[in-house]
Amino acid sequence: MLDLTPKEIAERSALRINPLKTCQPVGAMYAALGVHNCMPHSHGSQGCCSFHRMFLTRHFKDPAIASSSSFTEGASVFGGGSNVKTAIKNIFDIYDPDIIAVHTTCLSETIGDDLVGYINDAKIPEGKVVVHANTPSYVGSHITGYSNMITGLIKYLSENTGVKNGKLGLFPGFVNPGDMREMKKLMTLMGVEYIMLPDTSGVMDAPMTGTYTMFPKGGTTIDEIKDLGNCELSVGLGEMTSEMPAEFLEKKCKVPYQVLPLPIGIELTDQYIMALNHFSKNEVPYAIEEERGQLVDILLDSHQYSQNKKVAIYGDPDTVIALAQFALEMGMIPKYLATGTPGKIFEQKVAALFEKFGVEDCIGKGNVDLFELHQWIKNDGVDLLIGGTHGKYIAKAEDIPLVRAGFPIVDRYVHSYLPIVGYKGGMRLAEMILNALMDRQDRNCADEDMEMIM
Amino acid sequence: MNSRDKVLDKYSSKIYKNRKEHIIQFEEGKPNLIAADTRAIPGILTNRGCCYAGCKGVVIGPLKDVATIVHGPIGCSYYTWGTRRSKSKGDENTKDFSDYCFSTDMQETDIVFGGEKKLKKAIKEVVEIFNPACIMICSTCPVGLIGDDIHAVAAEAEELYGIKVLAFSCEGYKGVSQSGGHHIANNGLMKHIIGTGDAEPVKYSINLLGEYNIGGDGWEIERILKRIGYNIVSVMTGDGSVEEMKNAHTADLNLLQCHRSINYIAEMLKTKYGTAWLKVNFIGLNGIKKSLRDVAAFFNDPDLTARTEAVIADEEDEIKEAMAAFKTKLEGKTAAVYVGGSRTHHFINLLKSLGVEVVLAGYEFAHRDDYEGRQVLPLKMDADSKNIESIVVEKDPAKFKTFHTDEQLEELKKAGLPIESYDGLWAELSPNATVTDDFNHFETEEFVKLLKPDIFFSGIKDKYVVQKAGIPSRQIHSYDYGGPYAGFKGALNFARDVTLAVNTPAWDLVQAPWKREPTLEGSLGGTE
Repeated sequence: MLDLTPKEIAERSALRINPLKTCQPVGAMYAALGVHNCMPHSHGSQGCCSFHRMFLTRHFKDPAIASSSSFTEGASVFGGGSNVKTAIKNIFDIYDPDIIAVHTTCLSETIGDDLVGYINDAKIPEGKVVVHANTPSYVGSHITGYSNMITGLIKYLSENTGVKNGKLGLFPGFVNPGDMREMKKLMTLMGVEYIMLPDTSGVMDAPMTGTYTMFPKGGTTIDEIKDLGNCELSVGLGEMTSEMPAEFLEKKCKVPYQVLPLPIGIELTDQYIMALNHFSKNEVPYAIEEERGQLVDILLDSHQYSQNKKVAIYGDPDTVIALAQFALEMGMIPKYLATGTPGKIFEQKVAALFEKFGVEDCIGKGNVDLFELHQWIKNDGVDLLIGGTHGKYIAKAEDIPLVRAGFPIVDRYVHSYLPIVGYKGGMRLAEMILNALMDRQDRNCADEDMEMIM
Repeated sequence: MNSRDKVLDKYSSKIYKNRKEHIIQFEEGKPNLIAADTRAIPGILTNRGCCYAGCKGVVIGPLKDVATIVHGPIGCSYYTWGTRRSKSKGDENTKDFSDYCFSTDMQETDIVFGGEKKLKKAIKEVVEIFNPACIMICSTCPVGLIGDDIHAVAAEAEELYGIKVLAFSCEGYKGVSQSGGHHIANNGLMKHIIGTGDAEPVKYSINLLGEYNIGGDGWEIERILKRIGYNIVSVMTGDGSVEEMKNAHTADLNLLQCHRSINYIAEMLKTKYGTAWLKVNFIGLNGIKKSLRDVAAFFNDPDLTARTEAVIADEEDEIKEAMAAFKTKLEGKTAAVYVGGSRTHHFINLLKSLGVEVVLAGYEFAHRDDYEGRQVLPLKMDADSKNIESIVVEKDPAKFKTFHTDEQLEELKKAGLPIESYDGLWAELSPNATVTDDFNHFETEEFVKLLKPDIFFSGIKDKYVVQKAGIPSRQIHSYDYGGPYAGFKGALNFARDVTLAVNTPAWDLVQAPWKREPTLEGSLGGTE
C-alpha cells in the first residue's frame, strides 16, 4: 500500500500527487442540484459531465442528474454556441426543468465562450430560466466552483424589491444533505424564517418510494432565490466557501451579511445559535440547550480516550478548520491540517486556531496533497485520521484508524443522510471518533488487558 | 405501436430524425442496420464519456509499472484515480503505481503562457521521487487548445532521463466518445512499446487483449489458461505492464476479449508481426467453454486439447450444483443490459444460462461492427472519425513469425474458429429485443417503464435512477465492487450477486403500510 512513497520530503513545484481537491465544475454541479427542478448543465466535452455525475453519484448513492454540451473538435475551434443553444432547447423539450444552471469547463473557458451572449440568443420557453456561472477548472477547486454557481444564481435571479421579507438567507457551505437538514432544524427551533441556497436535502438523499422522479421534492425554488434579495441578513457558513455569494448578495441587493465557521462542535455551533438568536430575538429553546448539554456531557465522560491523541484532518478548507476546532474541544492535538484548495485564508485561520488553543508543533497547510500529508505522517505519526475516502490508503499503509467525514466518501453508506454539524452532528462525530480510537485499543491490547468496561 | 416507436414518438422531429437510426427492434434473419459511433445530441443526457476517459481511464490507466502524468487541470486526473477497478499487484521487480495519481494541476498562468515548462518540471519531479522505468503523459482539453507540444516534451525527457516516455494527445473533445481514446492509446502502445523487448518466444504463448482485470477477471482467466498449459506473455492492459507488453510480439496467438477497445492492436500485431487473433469471451459458461475449445483447436495439440476438456469438466463440476440452484431463483426473469462497447454482448450468454432473457440492450460507445459483426468493416469515415489518428504499420521481417500458414488459417476459419472475426451483439440477441445505441436518460426511463425488465445492468450514472423506479440494478462496468465475473467461478459470483440483488429483503419494505391500507377508520353517522 503506497509503497513507493518515500519518507524524505522533496520540494515539488509542478507535480501534484494524490490530490486533495478536484475541479470547479463538479462543485458547480452539486450547487445546482440544490435548486428545485433544476438541470445542471456542463458546457464542455461530455466526459466532464460524465465524471462529475459519477463522482457525485458515488458519494451520495443517489442519481446526480446533469446534461452536457457534448463538444466536438469543431465546437472547440468555432465555439460552443450552437451546442449550448441546442442543448437548452432539448433539455426543456425532453426533461422540462424550471431552470437550467450552466457551468463552464476548462475547455469552454480556454476558448473564451461567451455564455451571456449564448443564453441571450437561446430560445427559452416562457416562464423558464437559464443561468450560468464561469467555473474554469484551472482556478481554485470544487469549492470555488460551488461558490461560483451559488453566486451565479444570485446574479441572475435575486432581486431587492424594496420590501423586506423578514427572512434570513443562509449559505450552508459545501456540506451533505444531512448537514443541511440539521441547519434547517436549528433555524426552525430558533423561530427563524429562512431561505437556504443551495439545499440538496430531498434531492441527493431522496427516499425510496418505488417511483423515480428526475427532479425530487427538495431544492431551493426559483422564487426563493429571487426573494433572497429581500432578506434582512444573510449568513454564510464557512468563510472560504460562503463569503463569496454572501458578499455578492450584499453588493447586488444590499443584504448585509455575516460569515461564520461551519457549525461543527460546541463553540462553532454556539456561534451559529447566537447568530440565529440575534436575528430572531427569540430565546434559545430548551430542545437546543438540551442537545448542547448532552454533547458537553459526552465529551467529559469520554475525555480520557480522546485527550492528547494526535489527529490528521484533511479535506475541504472550511470543513477541516471546523473539524479541527472540535478535535481541540475533545482534547485532541490537530497535528496536521491539510486542504488541497488554494488560498491564504486557510493558513491564517489555522494559525489563529493553534494560537487560541495554545498547541504547538502542528502543521496546517493549504494547496497541499495527500502524498505530502502521508510524508508528514511517515516522519511524525498520528493516532487518527479524519477525512474522505482517499485517505484510507494512508490509513492502511500506516495502520492508523480513519474516521470518514467530509467529501468525498465513496466507500461507505449512510454518511450523507446524517449531520456532522450542530450539537447532534457533534454527538455523531464524537461517537465515530471514540469508536475508532477505542476499537483500536480493543484490537491492539494483550488479552489480559482487555477491558470489559471502558 | 411497438415500444421503439412509442418512445421515439415523444421526441421533437429533429431529435426523432437522429435517434430513429440508433434504436431498433431486433429481428432475427434481418439485416438489422443501426447507426453508431456518431455525435451525441447536446443536452440529451448521454451516458458517454470522452476521449481522455477512453485513453487514460480505460487503456493506459491499468498499466501498473507506468507513472502516468495527466497534463491538465486537476479534475481529469482525479476522476480516473482508483475509480475503474482494474486491479493490479506489484512484486519485487515491478513498481506498482496504481495507488498514485499524478497531475500537472495546470493553473491559469499555465493556460495563458503555456504548460510545457510545468510538464517538464513535473516529469523531472516524478523521475527524482519515483525513478519509474516508463512515464506516459495524457493530455486533457485545454492542452490541445493552447498547443502544448507534449510529444516534443516526451522525446526530450526520454533522451534526458534514459527511460521510456510516451505522450498521448487524447484531449476530451476528440471524437464522439471514449472510443477515440482507445484508438489513440492503441496507436501509442503499438508505436513505442510493443515489439521493443528481446525475449525469446515460448511455446503455446498468448497475449490476452482487451482484458482490464475488473474485479480480478483477468486473474481468473489467467489461472484457467495457465492450468491448461498456455504461457501468457502479456495482458492488455489489466494488471498489465510495459515490461511484459514490450514482448507481446513474441506470442503465437492473441486472444481478444474487448473487441471495441483494442481490436486496433490486434490488427496491427497481425500485420507487423504475423500474430493471428481469435475473438474470445470468458464471461458465461458457453462463452468460456467455446473460447477454450477454440484456442485448443488453434494450437491443435492433443495434450492441450485433452487438458482443455479436463479443466472444463473440473471447473464446471465445481460450480454446477450452485449454478443450478441460482438458476431456479432467476429463471424466467428479463433483463436490460446497457454497457460499454463489447460487454453487453459478453454477458448475454451468461444471463441465458441462468434462464434470464435480455429484452433491452445497448452500448454507450460501440461502432457498427460491435452490433453487426466485423464483416461490416470497413465503415465509411465521417468527419469525427477522421480526426482520430489511424496508423499504418508494416511487416517487421526480423520479428515476423506465424504459427499457421495462411492456408491453415483459412482451414480453421472454415472450421468455425473466430479468427480475425467478431460476430457482435446480433449473434447473441433474442428476437424482438429493443436495442439502443448511445442510450440516454430519457430512453432508459421510457424503455424501462414499457418493457419492465426484472433486472437492469448498467453503470453508476443510471444505477440509482432505475433502482429508485423499483428495479434491481447492478453495475456491469465496476461489478458493484464485487467480482470476478469471468471464468467458471466468476459466473457463479455473478449468479450469486444477481440473486442477492433480486431477493434483497428491503424490496418488500418499499411500500409503507399506510400506503397499502386505509388509515382512517370510522362508522356511518346515525347508526348508533
